[in-house]
Amino acid sequence: MTIVLTIAVLVLVAIAIWQMTKIFELSQIKTDNSQIANDKDNKYNGYLLFGFLIFIYGITIFSFAKYSKFLLPEAASEHGGEYDLLMYISFVIIFIVQTITQALLHYFGYKYRGEKGKKALFYADNDKLEFIWTIIPVVVLAGLILWGLYTWTNIMDVNDEDDPLIVELYAQQFNWTARYGGEDNELGMANVRMIDINKANVLGLDESDPYASDDIITKELHLPVGRKVNFRFRSQDVLHSAYMPHFRAQMNCVPGMITEFSFTPTITTEEMRQNPEVIEKVKRTNKIRAERAALGQPNGDPWEFDYVLLCNKICGKSHYNMQMKIIVETEEEYQKWLEEQQTFGQTMASMN
Amino acid sequence: MSAIVQEHTEDHAHDHGHHHKETFITKYIFSQDHKMIAKQYLITGLIMGFIGIGMSLLFRMQLAFPGESFLLFEWFLGDWAPDGVMDADIYLALVTIHGTIMVFFVLTAGLSGTFSNLLIPLQIGARDMASGFLNMISYWLFFISSVIMVSSIFIEAGPAAAGWTIYPPLSALPMAQPGSGLGMTLWLVSMAVFIASSLMGSLNYIVTVINLRTKGMSMTRLPLTIWAFFVTAIIGVISFPVLLSAALLLIMDRSFGTSFFLSDIFIQGEVLHYQGGSPVLFEHLFWFLGHPEVYIVLLPALGITSEVMSTNARKPIFGYRAMVASILAIAFLSTIVWGHHMFISGMNPFLGSVFTFTTLLIAIPSAVKAFNYITTLWKGNLQLNPAMLFSIGLVSTFITGGLTGIILGDSTLDINVHDTYFVVAHFHLVMGISALYGLFAGVYHWFPKMFGKMMNKNLGYVHFWVTAVCAYGVFFPMHFVGMAGVPRRYYENTAFPMFDELTDVQVLMTVFALIAGAAQLVFAYNFVHSIFYGRPAEQNPWKSNTLEWTAPVKHFHGNWEGEIPEVHRWAYDYSKTWDNGDYIIPGQDYVPQHIPLQENEEELQH
Repeated sequence: MTIVLTIAVLVLVAIAIWQMTKIFELSQIKTDNSQIANDKDNKYNGYLLFGFLIFIYGITIFSFAKYSKFLLPEAASEHGGEYDLLMYISFVIIFIVQTITQALLHYFGYKYRGEKGKKALFYADNDKLEFIWTIIPVVVLAGLILWGLYTWTNIMDVNDEDDPLIVELYAQQFNWTARYGGEDNELGMANVRMIDINKANVLGLDESDPYASDDIITKELHLPVGRKVNFRFRSQDVLHSAYMPHFRAQMNCVPGMITEFSFTPTITTEEMRQNPEVIEKVKRTNKIRAERAALGQPNGDPWEFDYVLLCNKICGKSHYNMQMKIIVETEEEYQKWLEEQQTFGQTMASMN
Repeated sequence: MSAIVQEHTEDHAHDHGHHHKETFITKYIFSQDHKMIAKQYLITGLIMGFIGIGMSLLFRMQLAFPGESFLLFEWFLGDWAPDGVMDADIYLALVTIHGTIMVFFVLTAGLSGTFSNLLIPLQIGARDMASGFLNMISYWLFFISSVIMVSSIFIEAGPAAAGWTIYPPLSALPMAQPGSGLGMTLWLVSMAVFIASSLMGSLNYIVTVINLRTKGMSMTRLPLTIWAFFVTAIIGVISFPVLLSAALLLIMDRSFGTSFFLSDIFIQGEVLHYQGGSPVLFEHLFWFLGHPEVYIVLLPALGITSEVMSTNARKPIFGYRAMVASILAIAFLSTIVWGHHMFISGMNPFLGSVFTFTTLLIAIPSAVKAFNYITTLWKGNLQLNPAMLFSIGLVSTFITGGLTGIILGDSTLDINVHDTYFVVAHFHLVMGISALYGLFAGVYHWFPKMFGKMMNKNLGYVHFWVTAVCAYGVFFPMHFVGMAGVPRRYYENTAFPMFDELTDVQVLMTVFALIAGAAQLVFAYNFVHSIFYGRPAEQNPWKSNTLEWTAPVKHFHGNWEGEIPEVHRWAYDYSKTWDNGDYIIPGQDYVPQHIPLQENEEELQH
């Protein structure tokens, strides 16, 4: 029935449009039918161009007013602050340029709309002008490049200074596993060829490697606040990407290769939950979720803020749900949690 | 040189002094006439475009209303949408094929193929392409590759679904996802054929521009359209073979057990034998084409805009030499920036620094182009035809989309927005929408040349304004979704409560997308209707300077009756006046290229 109705509506709409265009065409008979813009077209479209400029500004203001609150909260890592500042400055530059150029473009479109008999200016070249608008981007971009590269080099310099915590993030379709170096803070050898599912050696650790026996394998990523973490990434099947948006951190996980990223978490999960922005976000979100629950829809249970690790490289059917919880906590809480975990050696021993 | 060209063209003229008797097949199907081939490219490209845009509407509905049942899904997707709910695998397949079709089949073949074929011979004053036969083969290979790509949608396991970038191992292992079986094989075969087609076309364009220019048509008198097509063809010849090698190696990995891109893989309970390959190598090879591809898509659109804007502004394009220099600079830089797609791929961070540097450099010629377009409008007498509006729209989206490139090209800032909707918004505005506007501008402007009819301008205005508003409506809010951290290629965002409140934005974008899709039907109607019932066109409806408007409306193989016009000036003598303010030719604000310099007239600007 709905199909018939939909078709009927579509047909009626089509007929209406057809009739309207016909009436329109009939009413146009006296005017010229050259299909080339005349003064009237130029006038109306000139006004519309000006209107369009207002629309662009409008949608910009609307989006900022309404959607800024959706953006990620303050960065929870040491380099994140600098990242956010660079982002902010880049945006300021972008919006200055955007506002000016769109204004010129559309205003000229409106102001110089054609009229019969009007004479355009034959203006083909001006070296000085062109030099100016070559050199301005050069200078601005040089600044951004230098700043960006300086930050980039600092972020990507993964070194062993300051006694970093060594953590491996292991990706597979469609879940994450974390591995800690354990007592010696040293990851044991591992390769997919050594995976033994029957013995629960799912990460392919070398059982004979002494460094491996104290490794701790978990399904939740706990990080002590204020300590640098050096991540090593592995994947066992396809490309994945470890995306930790709250920490401004991301790195691909590539089968056959170990990739690295390093950051220092600065805000614990508990502290972040007290952040006013986050409190607001949770409130808004839980309102939506409560509405869902009332309607009996899924995903209606209340939410509590947590840092999260997402997969951000297309990896197959359940790519959209490949996640792991990240908990940043104080050193004591972290140590306490760590002690509760089994080491790889213990797991193997319990298997035998 | 010019003497040789002259001799050649005269030979050619002689060849075409008599018209061959043409059958239906040689005229409409296996035609070697560049104008017919251009129409074939355009219509094939537009059909592919409707398929590609249709797919995007389907998955936009899924994003706005995750997991909901739609009759539309059941109709189009059948078993892939049980009870009208879209399956996660087919979502990825739709995204993949949408990207592939739009980038390669619509914006490469449909745009560059159409207008290079139509305009190169007509605007440089040649009877046809250097090789009409190669040109015909080029189209038919494109047609075959389109058929293969479309047919892959109908196979049981579904088409390729690894994203249009088809990164292995996902694309290489059928056990990783169903689309990586026969669907991916067909994708690779289709693309291999497509590349062959593209190469034949490009070589032909290059040879034609270099050798077949009419007398007086020096390189510095070429219209910017031709410069753009010429340079685009060169980038294509340089970069497409690299994609072919990537595709061939991937075919080897998939079918013959080699390990170019694969290593250390454990999937579905077993270790695979692959050892020593690297997916990062594939990324390098892919983006060695993939990034120049952006400019292969964009440069023709910019070339068309230059021509359309100058004609309709009744003013010369501002800074002709700077425009040519920008095209060349963009072309050169485009081949050394591919690594900015791979900042976080695991490639050496130092390489990332180099690519950041080259990437931000490319913003300079782009900025020059944008400023020159704006100045071209200044103090013009703007004839706001639909083509002109699309050209202005192109500059607008090119700026909006291009500016966010400053963020994505910066390796530091890329870290947190990489592969999010921020990227999707950026490239849709800067290359997708901009290039589509270029395509539409070209169609509206050269429709009289192609079909001898005028398109309806009022429907054109409706088409433009609805599209322009909706394009921003879809892609402007999308930046915010990206900066909230939403990754692209997620079937639904409900698995993360932190994205719950963004559903409203998704609904808004989808509504705009659906309206934009409907607006394209207006275009389709106008296009088809005008071919048959449009008002017959006069020879030079836009009062344009370039040579194609000196050719008669009626098409025949050879373009001009009698001799090919000789060129005496550049293509941009609009509103040129004597010192006393009178037009060079009394009562006419343009001086076509074939008009000799008048007595005491100074030749300016080249």
